[in-house]
Amino acid sequence: MRVAAQFLLLALASGASPAYADWQLNMPRGVTEISHAVFDLHMIIFWICVAIAVVVFGVMFWSIFHHRKSRGARAENFHENTLVEVIWTLVPFVILIGMAVPATATLVKMYDSSDAEVDIQVTGYQWKWRYQYLGEDIDFFSSLTTPREQINNEAPKDENYLLEVDNPLVIPAGKKVRFLVTAADVIHSWWVPAFAVKKDAIPGFINEAWTNVPEPGIYRGQCAELCGKDHGFMPIVVEVKPQAEYDQWLVDTRAAQAATAAAASQVLSMDELMAKGEQVYNTACAACHQTNGQGLGSVFPALKGSKIALGDIEAHIDIVVNGKAGTAMQAFKDQLSAVDLAAVITWERNAWGNNVGDKVDPATIQKLKEGTE
Amino acid sequence: MNTLTRTIEHTEQHGPAEGLSRWFFTTNHKDIGTLYLWFSFAMFLTGGCMALMIRAELFQPGLQLIEPGFFNQMTTMHGLIMVFGAVMPAFVGLANWMLPLMVGAPDMALPRMNNWSFWILPFAFAMMLSTLFMEGGGPNFGWTFYAPLSTTYAPPSVTFFIFAVHMMGISSIMGAINVVVTILNMRAPGMTMMKLPLFVWTWLITAFLLIAVMPVLAGVVTMMLMDIHFGTSFFNAAGGGDPVLFQHVFWFFGHPEVYIMILPAFGIVSEIIPTFARKRLFGYASMVYATASIAFLSFIVWAHHMFTVGIPLMGELFFMFATMLIAVPTGVKVFNWVATMFRGSMTFETPMLFALAFVVLFTIGGFSGLMLAIAPADFQYHDTYFVVAHFHYVLVPGAVFAIMAGVYYWLPKWTGHYYNETLGKVHFWISFIGVNLTFFPMHFIGLAGMPRRIPDYALQFADFNMVASVGAFIFGFSQLIFLVLVIKTIRGGDRAPAQVWEHPQGLEWTLPSPAPYHSFVEPPEVK
Amino acid sequence: MSHSAYYVPAQSRWPIIASIALFLMAFGAGSLINGLANNSGGLGLTLLLAGAFAMGMILVGWFRTVINESQGGLYSPQMDRSFRWGMSWFIFSEVMFFAAFFGVLFYVRVLAVPWLGGEGEKGVSQMLWQGFEAQWPLLTTPDMEQFPGAVGVIDPWHLPLLNTAILVTSSFTLTLAHHALKVDDRPRTILWLGTTVLLGLVFLLFQFSEYVEAYEELGLTLNSGIYGATFFILTGFHGLHVTLGTLMLIIIWLRVMNGHFSPDYHFGFEATAWYWHFVDVVWVGLFIFVYVL
Ligand code: HEA
Ligand code: HEA
Ligand code: HEC
Ligand code: CUA
Ligand SMILES: [Cu+2]
Repeated sequence: MRVAAQFLLLALASGASPAYADWQLNMPRGVTEISHAVFDLHMIIFWICVAIAVVVFGVMFWSIFHHRKSRGARAENFHENTLVEVIWTLVPFVILIGMAVPATATLVKMYDSSDAEVDIQVTGYQWKWRYQYLGEDIDFFSSLTTPREQINNEAPKDENYLLEVDNPLVIPAGKKVRFLVTAADVIHSWWVPAFAVKKDAIPGFINEAWTNVPEPGIYRGQCAELCGKDHGFMPIVVEVKPQAEYDQWLVDTRAAQAATAAAASQVLSMDELMAKGEQVYNTACAACHQTNGQGLGSVFPALKGSKIALGDIEAHIDIVVNGKAGTAMQAFKDQLSAVDLAAVITWERNAWGNNVGDKVDPATIQKLKEGTE
Repeated sequence: MNTLTRTIEHTEQHGPAEGLSRWFFTTNHKDIGTLYLWFSFAMFLTGGCMALMIRAELFQPGLQLIEPGFFNQMTTMHGLIMVFGAVMPAFVGLANWMLPLMVGAPDMALPRMNNWSFWILPFAFAMMLSTLFMEGGGPNFGWTFYAPLSTTYAPPSVTFFIFAVHMMGISSIMGAINVVVTILNMRAPGMTMMKLPLFVWTWLITAFLLIAVMPVLAGVVTMMLMDIHFGTSFFNAAGGGDPVLFQHVFWFFGHPEVYIMILPAFGIVSEIIPTFARKRLFGYASMVYATASIAFLSFIVWAHHMFTVGIPLMGELFFMFATMLIAVPTGVKVFNWVATMFRGSMTFETPMLFALAFVVLFTIGGFSGLMLAIAPADFQYHDTYFVVAHFHYVLVPGAVFAIMAGVYYWLPKWTGHYYNETLGKVHFWISFIGVNLTFFPMHFIGLAGMPRRIPDYALQFADFNMVASVGAFIFGFSQLIFLVLVIKTIRGGDRAPAQVWEHPQGLEWTLPSPAPYHSFVEPPEVK
Repeated sequence: MSHSAYYVPAQSRWPIIASIALFLMAFGAGSLINGLANNSGGLGLTLLLAGAFAMGMILVGWFRTVINESQGGLYSPQMDRSFRWGMSWFIFSEVMFFAAFFGVLFYVRVLAVPWLGGEGEKGVSQMLWQGFEAQWPLLTTPDMEQFPGAVGVIDPWHLPLLNTAILVTSSFTLTLAHHALKVDDRPRTILWLGTTVLLGLVFLLFQFSEYVEAYEELGLTLNSGIYGATFFILTGFHGLHVTLGTLMLIIIWLRVMNGHFSPDYHFGFEATAWYWHFVDVVWVGLFIFVYVL
């Protein structure tokens, strides 16, 4: 009992002023109007529960201390009282109605995603996020960058361990941003605590959510629905930029994407392809097929010595570019550039003693990509 | 005709059969109850060891002991085994032992079917556990097995998982039918419905819930099987289905399921508190109505597990309100227990300690449940350790403590011996501390934003995770004390009279301890 | 309530053997189904058949014991009530089993399919399925490559209507048989029971030919999208229940011929009749919601 009481005290003490230290006890208050409303709801209901607990447990402990046999207490005979019973049915009911009113108001606001100024389609993949800015021609993937060594305790962990990505989502400050959340394979859930936005990403359906962040900053979250092996390793990072910087970012990103597409006409040497391929492989493929190419169990096949990797190059390209429907092997044509794809396939055909010796040109891939669009 | 005369002769036999055949072929409610209880304990240890594996991995950030894929299998199996293997069979075991004693019957209504209900279980769980050794590993999609992770993306062993669930469903439905029929049809003369002990009432309603929702679970796993192997598209938008449909059907089963795990616990506690407060239960009738209201409401709140899946606004509001309503009848129960203690004459034997801890800690779990019910706030809580804290509070110091309270309370009646009170109290206090140390910090890490079902976590969650892991090992080890205590009590101890406690209420205390093999051969007359 | 001693059967081997049989069936079916994908289900099939065979034998043995006990006069009126309650609750569980599938049907019709087609609160989902139009019965699926859709659906006003008539009639003939049994008119009991069995078999035959038509002419298959899926799961499980019901009727029929049952005590008969009526009612629901609407 004492332990619980101490924890409760700690909880109470920190309730009003959330601490962000390690022994953080309460929900962060967040940075948006909605997240503040949610935080307030959380605190109201918490205090209601505490108050009821004090009364109920108060009476209980009072009885435990005073009405114990060892103190000579004799049991009374009463065993019902309609009035009291009606009261303690009605009072909680009234309290709950009092709670339901603000909750409803907040919920209605959260559901109103109309009049958004920026629309972003968010798609969950095993195990990364894809962000498509509708009408802006910007489309990229965002995956974990924490190095394997840190996860395997072979290197000291950074401050943002497991909460860092290669390409964060960038949104403008002070604008209503609508997210169209969906998934490509299994259910994921897009969650940024500071915005109080958590929406499940359902394959085949779109859920709407929105936020309006007043202050620029970097906000972190995680996938919140079990989505397979690396569910714990698909963080979300959102960079909120002032409008001007955001506009600049749009321009830069579009330019960078165009440059990557243009690079598809390059012809790269075997060495260049292999070097690039290893790097791409380790970020995009190793989660399933493992760094050593040996796969994992029977679910994720080994590529070392695999029939496809050693066999017909067309089939190899096809499975990587188009994926295999109904399996975790997803289509990489939208995820990787033509150069990356060419490199990674080349790498798979020549790494770990696969030594097939052939290579893939980015142009071949580019043609395939265009053909399917 | 020959077999028939033999059967009739056998009916006359009074003691149990010798050797293993007693357990394999038995039709006796006490033997079957014992089987259920031991099976449940074995599963509790199995599921508990999996929990310890989870807690060990989560002791520190970083991957240390197990692979993420295996971690998911542990989480899934832990949940499934605790729910279907430990808690439910324990309650069925208690029902088997106590219902005939409490309603004044010679045995359960359908004894042969009773045996079948039990013996399906070991096979079902053998099959389920065997999946861990199959190609691709065991179920790794959570105990809620959401499609399409559990269909298109599942390991091949999911087929066996599905059939194991079917078997458990058959077992539960038959067990529940037996309970309902026993209560409705086997009461001693004069034992009217409103005289039934509360444990009997809560089990009657639980059994109704079981019969109503286990078939729905069977239906949903069948659709999974079809989607995986026979080309249907129930949970696949490409064919016009919907992955969220899976969740609706699952939770239509799943929410009543969680009340299946708590209503009998309410019953047990309602038996124990009056005994040790030496005062009649306060508000018997309102207890019955409250239980019935909880059961009714449990059918219309399922989508509170799905607040974030994108249910249309009106649906979301409806489910939020309905869920909040459950606090009212549950509150009535809590208030009645407190009013029973009020102006009683209390003593604190082990069953009472567990019952009191139940009242406090279950209520804490109920409060966090109510917080989860506030849909906008649930957007922050959902799928974090706050939810894990909530349901362990209602399940471990809730359901499991109530089971232990029940075992302590009735053990002298079963064995004819008193248990060792000191050892019992030691078990209680260590469990109590361990449980709170394990699960209370989970509220904090949940609120701070740690998702559930992850094998590795960001650094700011480290400290409380360490506390929780230490607590889990303390709580786990304290269960060994329980095991030792029970075995010692079976072997010997102070002789218990018919009335094990001071003036307890109920027919079970009119029979000698240990209770005779055939309970009430002559139905007792209830005033 | 009279309280003559309640019959508590002696130890019995049936339950545990039945558990083993069930396990064999489940394990066999699992291996078989998993093996289908890579053609290695041989052992699974063997286990499944062995289990099913054992289960069949057990049920025969178990029921024979029960029938003997019943004929031997061991069962009190209280016991009879236990059976009645037991059967009623079992049927209730079956109701819930079908309720789940009806729920699924309503959900996809009213919510999921329209959403995919761009209607209702989650209509934005259509962005992912451009060109898909919601209609019911769903013939063109969102992804025609994976789920090729159907050419047409079964016309409710031919075979299904006939089947409705058949099942409703069979409920009547069964009631006639019951009345005949109550006045101890054996020949008529046998006649009407036989008619009921026959109607059940004809129903199954029609249902089977309907499936053949669905697969061969209409392209309506398990794989044809959600309409086919709900159609087959509902009618399929109903068909299984009719099969089981017919088997039960046949057993009752044989028992009547062997002189079992008395005008005032014939629970086996009644239980079967309840089951049959239940199966009938489900069909009417199916006819309305699956075929007509
Ligand atoms: C024994 C099992 C049990 C019980 C009894 C409960 C009881 C309740 N549960 Fe819980 N629940 C679970 C087991 C249980 N739950 C499980 C296993 C999960 C997770 C499943 C998963 O995802 O894996 C879950 C998840 C869960 C969620 C989903 C969370 C999420 O995933 O986001 C919600 C949301 O509403 C919820 C709500 C409630 C409520 C309102 C109650 C109420 O019944 C509680 C009522 C009790 C009280 C409120 C306390 C006593 C009352 C008073 C003293 C009266 C006065 C009080 C007030 C007016 C405040 N539960
Ligand atoms: C009744 C149900 C029940 C019970 C009793 C428990 C008991 C425990 N549970 Fe759990 N739990 C669930 C139901 C239950 N749980 C469910 C439904 C989930 C969700 C699953 C999912 O997400 O799909 C879950 C998930 C869950 C998680 C989250 C996993 C995740 O999200 O990844 C954790 C983490 O700490 C946890 C811990 C524990 C612990 C430490 C105990 C302890 O109380 C266990 C104590 C028992 C023992 C330890 C065994 C007995 C003792 C011995 C054998 C002797 C000593 C031996 C040794 C020390 C080796 N449980
Ligand atoms: C989310 C997990 C996942 C990721 C990430 C992944 N794959 Fe795969 N891959 C699979 C699975 C599962 C299969 C097996 C598909 C099947 O059932 O045939 C597979 C199959 C393959 C095959 C065929 C192997 C064979 O012998 O059948 C190749 C080649 C391949 N993947 C290449 C890649 C490349 C290149 C990448 C990265 C750019 C990659 N994969 C990323 C899961 C993944
Ligand atoms: Cu994606 Cu969890
Ligand atoms: Cu619930």
